[in-house]
Amino acid sequence: MTQTVAEALELAPVESHLHPEGSFNVEDHPVPSGLEEIWRFTPLKRLRGLHQDTPLDGSAFKVEVDAAEGVTAVSVPVGDSARGASGYVPVDRVSARAWEAAQSVFEVTIPANTVVEEPTTIRLHGESLDKAAAGHLLVRAGQFSKAVVVVDYDGSATWAENIEVVLEDGAQLTFVTIQDWNDDSVHVVTQHARVGRDAELRHIAVSLGGDVVRASTSADYLGTGGSVEMLGVYFADAGQHIEHRLFVDHTAPRTKSNVEYKGALQGKDAHTVWIGNVLIRKEAQGILTYESNDNLVLTDGATADSVPNLEIETGDIEGAGHASTTGRFDDEHLFYLQSRGIAEEEARRLVVHGFFNDIIRRIGVPSLQERLVASIEEELAEHVGRIS
Amino acid sequence: MSTLEIKDLHVSVKTEEGDKEILKGVDLTVNSGEVHAIMGPNGSGKSTLAYSIAGHPKYDVTSGSVTLDGVDILSMTVDQRARAGLFLAMQYPVEVPGVSVANFLRTAKTAIDGEAPKLRTWVKDVNEALERVTLDKEFAQRSVNEGFSGGEKKRHEIAQLELLNPKFAVLDETDSGLDIDALRVVSDGVNRYSTQGDRGVLLITHYTRILQYIKPDHVHVFVAGRLAESGGRELADQLEAEGYDKYVKAAAQA
Repeated sequence: MTQTVAEALELAPVESHLHPEGSFNVEDHPVPSGLEEIWRFTPLKRLRGLHQDTPLDGSAFKVEVDAAEGVTAVSVPVGDSARGASGYVPVDRVSARAWEAAQSVFEVTIPANTVVEEPTTIRLHGESLDKAAAGHLLVRAGQFSKAVVVVDYDGSATWAENIEVVLEDGAQLTFVTIQDWNDDSVHVVTQHARVGRDAELRHIAVSLGGDVVRASTSADYLGTGGSVEMLGVYFADAGQHIEHRLFVDHTAPRTKSNVEYKGALQGKDAHTVWIGNVLIRKEAQGILTYESNDNLVLTDGATADSVPNLEIETGDIEGAGHASTTGRFDDEHLFYLQSRGIAEEEARRLVVHGFFNDIIRRIGVPSLQERLVASIEEELAEHVGRIS
Repeated sequence: MSTLEIKDLHVSVKTEEGDKEILKGVDLTVNSGEVHAIMGPNGSGKSTLAYSIAGHPKYDVTSGSVTLDGVDILSMTVDQRARAGLFLAMQYPVEVPGVSVANFLRTAKTAIDGEAPKLRTWVKDVNEALERVTLDKEFAQRSVNEGFSGGEKKRHEIAQLELLNPKFAVLDETDSGLDIDALRVVSDGVNRYSTQGDRGVLLITHYTRILQYIKPDHVHVFVAGRLAESGGRELADQLEAEGYDKYVKAAAQA
């Protein structure tokens, strides 16, 4: 029952590397060599075989749930689940393998018209690297519901995962993932969101820990007027590989997307990758999209790759743009702050906090904002203080 | 009483054609209680003098000295100089995204004083300082200089001057680009600062216009990297009437 996104939406197929043909069949996704466009930045050797044939039968992890009132969050067997509700079809081998291997689906359901301010939090704590494991999370936001869902990863794991997010018409959902793994974890996660008519998704990705984190996130629209905001904050230390691949598929008219990711890097062989793909289909008239990625390289030996792509197939759009910057500390910033008596180390801290603040203050979940500021401070304590 | 003393200061910058000497032996002494105006044409090195005193890394002091009450400041870092009592109001204040004015001012005040200001009075002090330079207090929540107009940036510099209250203030073309109302606001701020009596001002300017509002005790003509002439207020009037031509020609022939 291979069904592509294009068929599901009854759209004309688009031949584009931005829009790979999906398949549920693992055999349709050959083992990547590393030369493929979608794999060329990823250190395959460090994936512990997630992209090959390593069994995904590990179970050494704990899940803690703190559900807000009116929200249900339960694990159900695959057969009883609504898996596939987002229309997602696996686009790469890791995702297809995770789909095949998952025994259960963790379902978070926000009933229609439910409005809750308290976040619903799911903590996934990995307890072993030895056996790779697979997971599937499905978040469904009913019509005109409004909620915040936070997925918080920590501990040690080798983890392949699919996440589906479904927003019915008029739903407003803030969906947050926090990668706070130990520095030995490997996490390859593919997320897909389907956004209903006039629905608003705020998707927030925070990536701090892990040896390799590769998060591919896509979104499309089931009706007009949908809006997607994707905000990201990441901080890579020595040896860490943090990769974010975003794809917004404008499949309906008068939809909006805004993607903003900011990252800092420090230490030898810290590597971040940001791929920002936006496809504006012929049907997607009057849409508005903007994507940006800024990287702040704090020390020598770190590498930030940043690739925005925009494909436009209609002339009738409201606006489309992208921007990407990668830079070091701006000496003029430091001079200005220092000229007011602020010591260099403190000035560097201010600049880095300021760099991230633009995004952090827009997250809209105060407890999370505070935690992020503290996490960045911890990261900085490791390095910035020692720069002379 | 404090003294800022500049002796035979030579400063170079690196260019693609090699090192280029900008300051060619500057001698100047500013005592607390004095306002010195340094006037000169574009490219004469006025700003280089300001930035060299503050310690901008782009400028390389090749010889000479700058001392504050006999203590060498050239061996200090930029922030040490500020904590020693120097302040530079910049011609082009830098935008620092994501750092709020409130956070910036509190961090600076804490660094300068060596202790955090008392929270209750500090917020009031900041609001009043902003109000005196006709900046709305909501500026405290904005990112430092980001999206400020040229005039707002200059007024923000003067608010900092009053809050940090250094021993010596170097004002680098603080008057450039200001309309007459903003010029008056900025001048009032400088006058409030200098009339405390034990503060020194080095006012660097291209135009005589600001001298209608700030009355200098000493006026210096700065041409081709050094002081060409020094005098009292009457020198400013003479420059207003005759311009810099005479000095530029003399420097070219030297």
